[in-house]
Amino acid sequence: MFIRTIAFTIGLVAAALGAVAAGTATAQSRDDIRIVGSSTVFPFATTVAETFGRTTEFPTPVIESTGSGGGLKLFCSGVGPQHPDITNASRRIKVSEFDRCNENGVSGIVEVKIGYDGIVLANSRAASEANYTRAQIWQALAKTVVVNGELVENPYTKWSDIDPSLPQKAIEVLGPPPTSGTRDAFVELVMEEGCEAFDVVNALPKSERGQVCGQIREDGAYIEAGENDNLIVQKLVANSDAYGVFGFSFLDQNSDKIQGAQIEGVSPEFDAIADGSYPVSRPLFFYVKKTHVGVIPGMRSYLAEFTSERAWGPEGYLSDKGLIPLPNELRAAERSKVLNLVVLQREDLL
Amino acid sequence: MTDIVQSVGEFATDSPADRRGWYQSEEFRQLLRRRYASEDRFRILGIAAIVLAAVILLVLLASIVAKGYPAFVQTEVRLDVTFEESVIDPSGSRDERALSGANYQRLIRSALQDIFPDATGRRVRRQLTDLVSIGAAFQLRDMVMSDPSLIGQTRELWVLASDDIDQFLKGNIACGTEHAARLGGQPCTVPENERRVNDRQVGWVDQLIVEERIRRSFNTVLFSAGDSREPELAGILGGVVGSLYTLLVCLLMAVPVGVAAAVYLEEFAPRNRWTGLIEVNINNLAAVPSIVFGLLGLSVLLNFFGLPRSAPLVGGIVLALMTLPTVIIASRAALKAVPPSIRDAALGVGASPYQVVSHHVLPLAAPGILTGTIIGMAQALGETAPLMMVGMIAFIVDIPAGFTDSATVLPVQIYMWSDSPERAFTERTSAAIMVLLGFLIAMNAVAIYLRKRFERRW
Repeated sequence: MFIRTIAFTIGLVAAALGAVAAGTATAQSRDDIRIVGSSTVFPFATTVAETFGRTTEFPTPVIESTGSGGGLKLFCSGVGPQHPDITNASRRIKVSEFDRCNENGVSGIVEVKIGYDGIVLANSRAASEANYTRAQIWQALAKTVVVNGELVENPYTKWSDIDPSLPQKAIEVLGPPPTSGTRDAFVELVMEEGCEAFDVVNALPKSERGQVCGQIREDGAYIEAGENDNLIVQKLVANSDAYGVFGFSFLDQNSDKIQGAQIEGVSPEFDAIADGSYPVSRPLFFYVKKTHVGVIPGMRSYLAEFTSERAWGPEGYLSDKGLIPLPNELRAAERSKVLNLVVLQREDLL
Repeated sequence: MTDIVQSVGEFATDSPADRRGWYQSEEFRQLLRRRYASEDRFRILGIAAIVLAAVILLVLLASIVAKGYPAFVQTEVRLDVTFEESVIDPSGSRDERALSGANYQRLIRSALQDIFPDATGRRVRRQLTDLVSIGAAFQLRDMVMSDPSLIGQTRELWVLASDDIDQFLKGNIACGTEHAARLGGQPCTVPENERRVNDRQVGWVDQLIVEERIRRSFNTVLFSAGDSREPELAGILGGVVGSLYTLLVCLLMAVPVGVAAAVYLEEFAPRNRWTGLIEVNINNLAAVPSIVFGLLGLSVLLNFFGLPRSAPLVGGIVLALMTLPTVIIASRAALKAVPPSIRDAALGVGASPYQVVSHHVLPLAAPGILTGTIIGMAQALGETAPLMMVGMIAFIVDIPAGFTDSATVLPVQIYMWSDSPERAFTERTSAAIMVLLGFLIAMNAVAIYLRKRFERRW
């Protein structure tokens, strides 16, 4: 009797293997849009996808948060239903990635700039509001800094060691790990800008300069807190001396608990990021495979939904989620570019 | 202890009187006391270890329950909605397309406007609509779609409040007033422009409470919806169904293969270098980090066989590979526990080795095999790392309807919510953890029951 049940289960396994074959067949055609890419764009893309799923007859797109680099790698791996249709990125596509795409037959790529994201340095509301320059942040967090005109291992342990006007508190910054796009942007927009204030660094050959500017200290003053920004917020509330580095949307949702530090005298606020006066902001993008439009159902409607005023406009639902919209003319230009599927050229990236 | 034995040994040859003197001596009593003391210390250490473990577990559970239980209730707002024909179906055709595409948000807005006629200006009205979830419009749409005769009527409806209002009334967003405090709001210390709910909205909520237009009810959405970006519309059903499909595939793959391997190795295989090697490998496989199985799934199942990404089929196969060693090891232990006398007796009355296994050994070992399987499945239920590689960590709204539909699993849902910026996801994360723990406890309880019910002792 027992052996019969075993035989039965083995039969079921055979059925499962049959399903494998069926699965291979379904992989040939796909009726949902597949999106990969940046974890910063993820909250915005999912909001659009959900609205799209609710208001059209198409299924809700499936979105994976793989990071900008990982997303572009998947996106560029080929054309066909087994490859994603769209990838989100918190930075522009690199020429090397563009070439890789072309090598794998992904030729028509449509680039869409969707808005801006500010990167904030925030601390608990229990602490006083701070104001730093990017040069000071570089001095606080770089592995090697300039002291008396020489490059030395970072000696600073307190903010007041850098500049006596700064608070007498230990330097303690929680931030994203190197795999994160937010970290890349932080290095590019804060560290690399900040180190330009020092002539010694500017005198270095280019290759060495990138190393000196971008390397973050590893002696415990900068704590890699993982990708979970909620955890950073909790830690900031518990420790009012610490600062955290994350995207503006987390500050926006937790503004009753934490405050953003001013950078060069400008507070990270919605309007300041939108008009560009807050210095640490970056554009966000997504990239579309032109060849998939018309093959995968609903692609055009998804693009139309994302670029509609009710989504990405100043009063749209994405601004509720913390997306800083593009200026009006740019929005109109991007929308017409998307709807006409204007392809990105290699020259545009050089 | 050895010193007592030694001291006793020294006196062993002496006369009984001497020995009695030794037993009553102070020295002996001290030795005895030391012996008892070391035993007591050992016991206390053991109890302390258990108490420590229990306290840690209790703190963990208490913090999850304390954070999570508010998520089981949800704030609702009562509105008098007029289903105006001019908004829903201006042409009067009752065409399904037109009905589903209509602007139901406008009905909600005008219903709110009726309660607060003094809210004027674009910005203020926007803040007013923010009191109610965007899900309310979908609720109206579904009502009209299922019953078009509603058009033209006015109905009193309970619609979901927005997550900010819900969190505000639960006291998770700073600031509340007299009325809100009754429902758990916190006193105000944070300036108005830095909170999610401003003074004007607080005033509206107050009025709603006074007019008894606010209530709390059981959060059915949490159990009946898939994922969503809006916390008040997000549910775990997608994750639960995905977990179910994934575990089913895992079960169908791991159990027959695992049991067959165990039976062969235990009952039929000759003991030689090869079977020894296989045995060592199986034991090693049980210790391989689960992410490795995910990488295997990515390179073999997705890239080579071209199976769909994010499908429970692929996730289930990957988890089956992961649980296979557990199933084999547990099954072998269960088979080993069947006494050889059963086999000898069966062989003695003329049964073939196959009959011995299928008629006697396997049925007797079944409870143990089942227990091992359930524990392996419980382990698979809680796994996320290997699923990341095969694309099951994704935002998926639609409830999966088959083995090749895109799906996610319950622990992934928890992980994704814990990473979402909206405050209301914090409590939902804990609530989902409670549900997952519930499933795990249930599975382990079944395993214990089966063991108790069918286990045989020899």
